[in-house]
Amino acid sequence: MTGATTSPGRLIVAGETRPKLPPYLKLRHDAGRGRWVLLAPERVLTPDQTAVAVLQLCDGKRTVEEIAAKLAEEYSAPVDVITADVLDLLQGLADKGYVKA
Amino acid sequence: MTEEFKSNGHCETVSVDDEPTAGVVGSKDMTAELCALAPIGMLAELTHRCPLQCGYCSNPIELERVNNELTTEEWCSVMRQAGEMGILQVHLSGGEPTARKDLEDIVSAATEAGLYSNLITAAVTLKRDRLEDLVKRGLDHVQISFQDVDAENAERIGAYPGATQKKLDVARWVVEMGLPLTVNAPIHRQNIHNVGRYIDLALKLGAQRLEIAHVQYYGWAFLNRAALIPTYEQTIQSIDLVENARERLKGVLTIDMVVPDYYAKRPKPCMGGWGKGFMNITPAGKVLPCHAAESIPELHFDNVRDRTLLDIWMNSDAFNAFRGTDWMKEPCRSCAFKEIDFGGCRCQAMAMTADPRNTDPACALSPYHGEMVALAKTEAAKPATAFVYRNPRNAADAMKTEQEPLVPAE
Repeated sequence: MTGATTSPGRLIVAGETRPKLPPYLKLRHDAGRGRWVLLAPERVLTPDQTAVAVLQLCDGKRTVEEIAAKLAEEYSAPVDVITADVLDLLQGLADKGYVKA
Repeated sequence: MTEEFKSNGHCETVSVDDEPTAGVVGSKDMTAELCALAPIGMLAELTHRCPLQCGYCSNPIELERVNNELTTEEWCSVMRQAGEMGILQVHLSGGEPTARKDLEDIVSAATEAGLYSNLITAAVTLKRDRLEDLVKRGLDHVQISFQDVDAENAERIGAYPGATQKKLDVARWVVEMGLPLTVNAPIHRQNIHNVGRYIDLALKLGAQRLEIAHVQYYGWAFLNRAALIPTYEQTIQSIDLVENARERLKGVLTIDMVVPDYYAKRPKPCMGGWGKGFMNITPAGKVLPCHAAESIPELHFDNVRDRTLLDIWMNSDAFNAFRGTDWMKEPCRSCAFKEIDFGGCRCQAMAMTADPRNTDPACALSPYHGEMVALAKTEAAKPATAFVYRNPRNAADAMKTEQEPLVPAE
């Protein structure tokens, strides 16, 4: 995350952000290759298990804090580590236009 | 092609045209993890009919006739086979894909096959109710070409009066219907001054993505190169402008850029490697490793009417001709970059050196490189020639003239 640019319209993901996937992103299981893919215009994203777990919780209702808390509990991991990781992941995706709020 | 690859430790991104797959080597074992070897993207050129006549069209000079086009059922079968073999995205292109009256059925078949569908259209003949129907059938994304930002110049380039307003209307509908919109900007010397205004246009339309696609010199564009090729300085300026805008518009607009390679030092990894991640179906059902591959006369292309898509991908002579690195000559064969750029583009090697096994002359190591750069600079310095518009009459004329290959420097 660079954080340097704050163009109008750029989503800055924070703890209280309620992230969601825009309708044109399709999270699908790619059975042939045994992985998950996010399909976007002219792009295929291959999220790992952690990313898939995060993205499946991005429903536009839960906040980032709530998502991190839920994952911290599920994976018995420190919540601050998870939060930092989730913020980093979602900001990266938001900067590509793949996460909205 | 984009250089974008990695976003974050948890999520890799690749552009559809050049994902390196597991590296098919022409295995005869059809049972071995076939899907893992399939391409990610497929370009379906549904027809070569088009209301526009752009002189840089990516279709071959020899345009396919309507009565040779695949039937509805044949296209639907192609979509089903594509989904089954593990292809993820299909680009419905042409010509103008909406010239097919059965586009609706083809989109439905793509949706049923689980394919992410992209409609690549000139948008001048697309009506609102038809677009609505396509969206209902599961169309995922629409890409609209704009020949220039200035209407008059755009309509001269495409030879279609009134095109701009129609395109703007369709772009608005796409956004209203909640679909992602890509603005496609084919860039050349006659509109390169407007790259910045293309970015403004894409923002104004609410596009999700902008494609600054410098014209690539194959087929029609090769024929019209002296009318199209920008100077080195113009090219660099346009690249700088896009790179600045990318940073400024992060998270707002995705800008993909295809750069011209005549001024490059290293060749592009064309199609991410021959037969590695991409296939193209012509209107008549021929399956090509790239849309310009028919310009290589020694190749024979199999047809979906005769063989399955998977069989063609895995075993056809055309796909295996330049797969991997065994076919390479020097200087590619001993080059440290041979697995990175795969020797560049076979079609460009063919067009400029008359041998598709030669190093792409865009590479500084090619003995033809100096001549190629000199040619580009000379043409760009002269006034633009008149367009040879893309239409069947000009196609017939163009096929009568032989192209002269370059002569390498000593």
